[in-house]
Amino acid sequence: MDWLQIFSNSLSSILSPATIGYALAALGLAVHFGYAGLLNMGIAGFMAIGAYGYAISSLSFGFPWWLAILVGLGASAIFALILGVPTLRLRGDYLAIVTIAAAEVVRLLFLTTAFDEYTGSADGLSGYQGSFRDANPIPDGIYGFGPWMYTANEWWVRIMGLVTLAIAVLVVWMLMRSPWGRVLKGIREDEDAVRALGKNAFAYKMQALVLGGVLAAAGGIVYALDRAASPGVYVTSLTFFVWTALLLGGAATVFGPLLGSLIFWVLQTFLSNFLPALVQAGVLPFMSQIQAGTLRFILVGVALMLLVIFMPQGILGNKKELTFVK
Amino acid sequence: MSSEFPAPDEPTTAMPASPVERPKSTGLHVGDAKPGVAKIDPIIVVDGVRRTFGGLTAVDVEHLEIPRGVITALIGPNGAGKTTLFNLLTGFDKPNEGSWTFDGTSISGVPAYKVARMGQVRTFQLTKALGLLTVVENMKLGAKGQRGERFWSSLIPAAWRKQDDEIEERAMKLLAKFKLDAKSNDFAASLSGGQRKLLEMARALMSQPKLVMLDEPMAGVNPALTQSLLDHILDLKDEGMTVLFVEHDMHMVRHIADWVVVMAEGRVVAEGDPYSVMQDPAVIDAYLGAHQELDLGVVTGRYAPEGAEAAPDAEVQEKLLAAGIAELEEEEK
Ligand SMILES: Nc1ncnc2c1ncn2[C@@H]1O[C@H](COP(=O)(O)OP(=O)(O)O)[C@@H](O)[C@H]1O
Ligand SMILES: [Mg+2]
Repeated sequence: MDWLQIFSNSLSSILSPATIGYALAALGLAVHFGYAGLLNMGIAGFMAIGAYGYAISSLSFGFPWWLAILVGLGASAIFALILGVPTLRLRGDYLAIVTIAAAEVVRLLFLTTAFDEYTGSADGLSGYQGSFRDANPIPDGIYGFGPWMYTANEWWVRIMGLVTLAIAVLVVWMLMRSPWGRVLKGIREDEDAVRALGKNAFAYKMQALVLGGVLAAAGGIVYALDRAASPGVYVTSLTFFVWTALLLGGAATVFGPLLGSLIFWVLQTFLSNFLPALVQAGVLPFMSQIQAGTLRFILVGVALMLLVIFMPQGILGNKKELTFVK
Repeated sequence: MSSEFPAPDEPTTAMPASPVERPKSTGLHVGDAKPGVAKIDPIIVVDGVRRTFGGLTAVDVEHLEIPRGVITALIGPNGAGKTTLFNLLTGFDKPNEGSWTFDGTSISGVPAYKVARMGQVRTFQLTKALGLLTVVENMKLGAKGQRGERFWSSLIPAAWRKQDDEIEERAMKLLAKFKLDAKSNDFAASLSGGQRKLLEMARALMSQPKLVMLDEPMAGVNPALTQSLLDHILDLKDEGMTVLFVEHDMHMVRHIADWVVVMAEGRVVAEGDPYSVMQDPAVIDAYLGAHQELDLGVVTGRYAPEGAEAAPDAEVQEKLLAAGIAELEEEEK
């Protein structure tokens, strides 16, 4: 077994666009669920809209990369508004049902052949990196050390992703320690009590839905920036993965989503290298290498269940809060 | 009626006498004190408000005026429609028909948060402490017009820091008054039921309202605290606020209310100052006296009482008929 390769790959994933993208999406979900109490089960839909908004406006309309990103973010904000108007008056569990359905509708719209010209239907979209890469100030070459050796383009994606993440974390952190965040947390605890104090709960929930949605779209864009936008990615299990990352780190925390995404992806990468290697070494004689690769998704599911049962506040969550979880 | 409350025939243990008996406000109404009587200076005027739940008429108030600057008690047996009336007046529920004004402005159909901003705040019968916020955060949430509560300005601490500090100072003063200051940094979820009632009331006061509507503020508050809670309510009046509160304990009502409105099965059946309302034979016999534990329906003879002792006597029945209760629906709730 090539331990060095397994560990190198695992550590390399700390800086992968997937980790950064998940961290952004999980941060958006923290705004939705952790702070505003909105049970959004359609985070994959927001990520898809970000990624496709970026890809379509690059490819079909020839927008420069920064404008294409703004289109992706703007589209997700509009999606949040459309989703929010009818659903934010619903009770929490109904919101979950509606959002899961809405995310599926979004995915199917990108998948259907009706808009093949723009969406590429089942093939998805790729080859939109040109404008973004042209803006790369880093000279060609390979940089870094240890497991983190990347090309100039790979660094460019990671740096932009990290800068976005840093800004997002700062904004959410500032918001949540402001009176605005206090109102939001109040709404999470009891919406009627907050309305009785003269706050327009609907407007706050809408703001939270849009903010979280834009963050998730940013995550979707970072995730797809150097790869492709493919409808197979934005399935419901993506939503559950982001939820796992969020709950792992701590739902009502700012750094929890980061830590959660990091652990999630390092573990995922480790298992996806380690399990097939075990099969190869003859340790798991009852399964093939491909089966071993899918085993990790089963493990993720089990981990999510154990997490919610035994550690609902997450790694960074306040233990004191747990005393009062109903 | 909950068991924490002392029985009506042992008033001495129930109500430790207030250190200073404060004078009642009188001369609030125009003409005879009958249901729907006009007030000299009403803060709330209700007209023809009706709310039904399926076949049940929960509230059916023809006309009601709440006097300004004094303490009004809203009493009536369980299910009389007091909470529903509160919900309607504060925009938490919508009536089938009817209109009402607050401070001269029509607020029928106005959403709850706008009603609160206009200076009419309420508390809930089922306390709504915001459990995973600290006590002081709960309090600060009550303050109105906070710059830091707007999305964009919340990102600029310099824009709201000073105001927030002032709000915190005010919150701590109020908490000290309500003896909750030692708990200020604990989660509200860690408070006892009575402390949550206190917190909810204090939080409502943070908005510096004109009218405070308290739905059973004493429920679950231990007897040692009730006296101070009553004093707080009397203080509100001294500070110029109007108080409307729902309460079951008649001794408390007698002690602090300047005016009493009696509801039964959705209607206002009697009004007056606490002494005359309680001397109103219909109210005494039917509701406050021997039959306190009974539903008004039993007293009106619409259905049989559980104990023979509480059998309705003809005289009481007649008086209640006179009070207009006879029109109540036949249908049993
Ligand atoms: N949301 C509701 N749905 C159906 N019935 C209700 C609802 N709210 C109140 N009621 C009914 O309306 C009547 C008045 O209730 P309520 O206003 O809570 O009484 P009170 O506060 O005077 O005890 C009761 O018979 C109650 O069962
Ligand atoms: Mg009630």
